[in-house]
Amino acid sequence: MRYENLQAGSLGRRLLIQLLIVAGILSALLYLAVRSVANQAAEASHNNILGASATAIAEQLGSGSEGINIDIPYSAFSMLGAISDDRVFYRIDTDDITATGYEDLPLPASTPTTSKPTYYSALFRGTPIRAAAQLRVIPINDKPVSVLILVAQTQQGQNAITSRVANTAAALGIGFFLVAGTMSWLATRSTVKPLYSVANAIGRRGAHDLRPLRSPVPSELTPLVDSLNDFISRLRGTLNRTETFMAEAAHHIRTPLATVRAQAEIALRQAETNSSRKTLRTVIRAVDESSRSASQLLDHAMISYRSDQLSLDAFDYTELVQDVVNATSAIAELKDLEVNTILEPNLQLVGDRVLIEVALNNLMDNAIKYSAPDSTIDVQLTQTDSGIRCDIRDAGRGLSGLSQSSLSERFKRGENVKDVVGSGLGLTMVEAIASAHDGHFSITENPGGGTCATLLL
Amino acid sequence: MRFLLIEDNADLALSVTERLQLDGHAVDWAGDLKQANQCIQSMNYDLILLDIMLPDGSGRDFLNTQRSTNGTTPVIVMTAQNSVSDRVSLLDSGADDYVTKPFDFAELEARCRAVLRRRGGSAQNIIRFGGMEFDPLAATLYINDEVRPLRNRELRLLEILLSSKERILSKAHLVDRLFSYSEDPSENAIEVYVGRLRKKLEGCSAQIETVRGVGYRIRSE
Repeated sequence: MRYENLQAGSLGRRLLIQLLIVAGILSALLYLAVRSVANQAAEASHNNILGASATAIAEQLGSGSEGINIDIPYSAFSMLGAISDDRVFYRIDTDDITATGYEDLPLPASTPTTSKPTYYSALFRGTPIRAAAQLRVIPINDKPVSVLILVAQTQQGQNAITSRVANTAAALGIGFFLVAGTMSWLATRSTVKPLYSVANAIGRRGAHDLRPLRSPVPSELTPLVDSLNDFISRLRGTLNRTETFMAEAAHHIRTPLATVRAQAEIALRQAETNSSRKTLRTVIRAVDESSRSASQLLDHAMISYRSDQLSLDAFDYTELVQDVVNATSAIAELKDLEVNTILEPNLQLVGDRVLIEVALNNLMDNAIKYSAPDSTIDVQLTQTDSGIRCDIRDAGRGLSGLSQSSLSERFKRGENVKDVVGSGLGLTMVEAIASAHDGHFSITENPGGGTCATLLL
Repeated sequence: MRFLLIEDNADLALSVTERLQLDGHAVDWAGDLKQANQCIQSMNYDLILLDIMLPDGSGRDFLNTQRSTNGTTPVIVMTAQNSVSDRVSLLDSGADDYVTKPFDFAELEARCRAVLRRRGGSAQNIIRFGGMEFDPLAATLYINDEVRPLRNRELRLLEILLSSKERILSKAHLVDRLFSYSEDPSENAIEVYVGRLRKKLEGCSAQIETVRGVGYRIRSE
């Protein structure tokens, strides 16, 4: 039987989502960090070259008799050409007048000092540029003249580097996320695995296996397994007490009954009159009837209980049928009944062996009870397409027109069997056992008289 | 046959003893495992009838010690439980068969016979009378070295007649002993079996005599 449990989320999913969120945040941080460090490095190296270029120009400035000699060295621009094909601009101002270069090249926001170049970004004719400004003071005719040197370069090469770096950083971030995600999934699985193995260990058990759970579990699961074992042991205790009680009850009821029956048999042996014989036979029959009813009621209760929780095992069905036939052969012999068996050898069946044995016992018992003396009972076991078929055929009094459905009603018995001890539970039980195994039970009248009980499992 | 009956309920033990003695068997009664162990050490039994719930232990323990010390006496358990799992566990412990209380003595006897036959039996129970040899265990009759198998009711009828030779047994008495109590046969049903047995006895001097209006008896001429 399956019970639908209310689900309060999944531990595994919860853990996995949390790990993935952490991995996502770490990936984003990695991406941003790589990008900004790389951009800064690229910008710094660009600055250095621009600065070096400006310094190179500044160092070549000299004072002439008529003013300043500007001699732009080739290396000043070639070093810029080395990093990209971007356009290079320059502007040299002396005392705020442009001496050479682009006079509209933007100036830095603050006036640079003489010691170190100033770096800044600006728009020049609609194109973003990066520029370095260097101030030099040169004495001309003993009068200091401040010379401002600007060197600028467009930023296409720089942008290309930046976007390459961004792509690499993104790839790195995604790669990190994928690796971390996979590892999170694996970690989640291995964390949740003990839970499943505990569930499996319990699920794999037979329906009546009440041993405590002994498999090693992580310490977090120990309280759960402990309380489960505690529960199992309480259940086992209750079942044991019930079984002991039943055994003792049966013992205390059946032992005096056995005494009554034995005494009645002894008295019957010595009975002188027909009326006392009749009385004693009635006593014996009543004892038999009560004992039989008690057994069948217990069997019936056992079947209801076990049908819910079948303990399915594979077993040799042929052997079981042979065992049942052997166990009942002494009773069959008392009536001079011949039991013929045609059993296909080694037929394997998966089912509740105890229940199937109860069903077979009932069928054999019926066949023996209702058989005429000196007749034959045929037991046949055959493998068919729809399962293993067991036929038990007797040459008894038949069903006298009663339908199978009315015979398998509880406590209902055939009209023609008033003289035979019986409880009317036998066929009900066989039918219940057959349907618990998804099998089929039918009882039909033989053409030549007698009945044929067929159990298809 | 010699039985050892291990049963703590004195009433039942006395009844069973008395009942088995009626069939001509010898019975020793042990009320607990201690007595039972003393009995099996001092006497050889053909069969042990064992109750499971005993005051000083379980009959299963007795079975286990019997089997582990190579005791070969067949054991039939008298159990109060009728469940299949109980039966399986009893047979697994080494019981040869079992009967459920309250039990039918005819059934018990049939089971004893089957168990003894399975175990190879003892040949000492051959009965000789009027030129025939009768082996109840093997259900065979030997007349002039000719083997004549008997069916169960013929066998029991012959046993009953032989157990009270020369005495007249009433039809009613024979019906009670030959048919189960759940059947309700007429007294004439007995005639069928007497007729069959007479046929089997042809050729020897043992004769089943009809005593009109009273019953039957077996005589050797």
